Amino acid sequence: MNDTAEDEEDAMLKDITSMLTYFEKHRGNLIPILQSIQEKHQYLSPLALQMVARHLKVSSCDVYGVATFYNQFRFHPPGEHQIKACLGTACHVRGGDIILENFERKLDIKAGETTPDREFSIDRVACVGCCALAPVAIVDDTVYGHMAPSKVEGLILGFEIEKEREKRKKQSNESK
Amino acid sequence: MNQNSKKKLTEVFASIKTEADKRFKEIKGDDDQNILIGMATCGLASGAIEVKAAFEEAIAERKINAHIMPVGCLGHCYAEPLVLIEKPGFPPILYHNVTPGKARLLVKAFLEEGDPVFEHILGSMEENDIIPSVMEFQRFNQEKRIVMANSGLIDPEDIYHYIAKGGYSALVKALTLEPEKIINEIQESGLRGRGGAGFLTGKKWQLTRDVNEKDKFVICNADEGDPGAYMDRTLLESNPHQIIEGMAINAYAIGAEKAITYIRAEYPLAVKVTKKAIEQAKEIGLLGKGILGTDFNLDIVIFQGSGAFVCGEETALIQSIQGERGMPQPRPPYPSQRGLFGKPTIINNVKTFGSIPPILKKGAQWFRGVGTEKSPGTAIFSVVGNIVHAGLVEIPMGISLRSLIFDICGGIPEQKKFKAVQIGGPSGGCLPEHFLDTPIDFDSLTLAGAMMGSGGIVVMDEDTCMVDVARYFLDFTQKESCGKCTFCRIGTKHLLDILERIITGKGKEGDIELLERLSIDIKEGSLCGLGKTAPNPVLTTIRYFRDEYEAHIREKRCPAMMCRALTAYYIDLDRCARGCDACVGSCPTEAIFTTRDRKKGIDQTLCVKCGECMTSCPVEYDAVIKVSPPELAPKIERPEEG
Repeated sequence: MNDTAEDEEDAMLKDITSMLTYFEKHRGNLIPILQSIQEKHQYLSPLALQMVARHLKVSSCDVYGVATFYNQFRFHPPGEHQIKACLGTACHVRGGDIILENFERKLDIKAGETTPDREFSIDRVACVGCCALAPVAIVDDTVYGHMAPSKVEGLILGFEIEKEREKRKKQSNESK
Repeated sequence: MNQNSKKKLTEVFASIKTEADKRFKEIKGDDDQNILIGMATCGLASGAIEVKAAFEEAIAERKINAHIMPVGCLGHCYAEPLVLIEKPGFPPILYHNVTPGKARLLVKAFLEEGDPVFEHILGSMEENDIIPSVMEFQRFNQEKRIVMANSGLIDPEDIYHYIAKGGYSALVKALTLEPEKIINEIQESGLRGRGGAGFLTGKKWQLTRDVNEKDKFVICNADEGDPGAYMDRTLLESNPHQIIEGMAINAYAIGAEKAITYIRAEYPLAVKVTKKAIEQAKEIGLLGKGILGTDFNLDIVIFQGSGAFVCGEETALIQSIQGERGMPQPRPPYPSQRGLFGKPTIINNVKTFGSIPPILKKGAQWFRGVGTEKSPGTAIFSVVGNIVHAGLVEIPMGISLRSLIFDICGGIPEQKKFKAVQIGGPSGGCLPEHFLDTPIDFDSLTLAGAMMGSGGIVVMDEDTCMVDVARYFLDFTQKESCGKCTFCRIGTKHLLDILERIITGKGKEGDIELLERLSIDIKEGSLCGLGKTAPNPVLTTIRYFRDEYEAHIREKRCPAMMCRALTAYYIDLDRCARGCDACVGSCPTEAIFTTRDRKKGIDQTLCVKCGECMTSCPVEYDAVIKVSPPELAPKIERPEEG
């Protein structure tokens, strides 16, 4: 288990090295670099930040300082399914915090965390711009409008059933 | 510009226009059937993709000749997915809340058999004798669309659609004029920056034009961080070329050759559409080197904002493009004189740029004729919250709040009472009912204690707790404070702590006065707009809803029954139906138990007060009751197991 995680990280760092060559060594490129790393690998690992710092010839703490300043960047790998609960004004007025709480309780993690099996992660976002559908949650890339606590259960149950089905399919394929 | 090059410029554009008209006619000829589907973010969220697929399938199945055209947003989010069908012999008809099933029905009944299916129609887009026009609704006829004129009617990913509708002709006109003349025209129009502060756009341009520097920048600020506002996103998703045209005119007028569109990374669709628009404009020579055969060059690039509210402030935005933490800088020097990389920089909002082409096309006097004397033009609001017809509204400045909320947007749903309207996002304020006759313009709103801000309007009904709303905004600004100024960094945290204390029933006498004092100190001790305006929600709610604060502090009661620490749910045993289990299944925490006589009770220690049981209890019983303070709930013991 540990070995595969290390392999994964190695592959990622290799990829980042090749990505960096496309960027000029210019401070103004810092945020675009961080964005493209995160777009491809979903998060910024401490080693990745160090590599960016070396590339741009600035200190790592400088890079870390900028990266942590912005909400967009995450420093832990997200779950397979990323849940974002919208807490914009319109969603708040219509009970967005109750939706977030339901996700948290159901998955037993807090916003900003990932479940131990890396299946789900929850984030709070400030307005995704679908206020007319409040309260809103985004799971992976799909926006779900007019959320309710019972819908939360349904969503997660849906993913669990899907997973179970795939597992059985795999098993029956193997037994064949 | 001499006569010769003027002639050449018009010739070059004329050939582009001919091409555009030709292409547009190919798909929108007189005897073509067209299906326009709103595919901006809110359309997608309501299921536009499935609707599009259903239309495609049905058309193929029935072998009907019709074009499906993805378009942007009409602004009527409450009615999404919206579909506009053009069929020869009929006016263009708008259908609302279209589902895949309705889509199949429309193809069969309308396109094949010629029955427009009246029960699903919202209205026709043109006056006619058959179908009532949408212009009979106030939601349509009170609007004045200048910036959003083409939104939702053209394909945002096809530049020729915009050109066929008259796009880029303002840029052509601008290129034949002296830059000074353009700036004069904008100054005369009285256009004020739509980003919130309302600075005169023409004056800003003049300041930058006057600086003697070779490199200058134009930045379009689409870092829409206000939670509850999404018009910038919608504009970019629906008609990006109007914004690009505005930026190009601006760049020409001040002598800049580089421009940046700064869009939030949270708006992936807007980024994608804008990127494509820039490429297309470059391809046909409307951007890049030697635009339309003149010696004017302009490159536009996209910079994705990384999600920091404070980056909407112009100096912070510049910092972030330079690869720094987005912290505001003291002004002067203003960016118009020393901005990005030390060069003169114009930063305007998306809506400001969107207003430029119409002004140049129709003239400053025409623009002055719309809106009020001091705030000419239109304002775009996203009206959300407890409101019937939520969505984007473009109205002439000067309309009253009452008319916007009740006439245009249909008022409050479920016959509830209006309580307050929050304008301007986290920097704005909450206005109560007696301010509803305030005209909407920059100065009147500021006078009332709110502000125009980004244009987010959140309508709140009687079930909204104003203390909680203030806490919500403080929670937001406290997290978004960049940390530079002590008062903003620590002061907002203290404000938030006090508000948290109040809504959980631990408020003390003197807290209100403390909030007021601290608010004023934060306003005075902060450098940028974020800190200077962060206490506005607290100050306005205290000013207009002081009684609610007092109820929380003295009686430990939340009058709107929204603060969860101060409310409780219980089941009225006289109304509860024996043997009904509706609420049990809805409870996410298994707090509902069955009493000895087979009725239900709520275990207060497990209840998280989500309100699901209240929603699920059948209306004929209506047995779940919410009270504040929680002590009012009668105690019902859970019977021992076995």
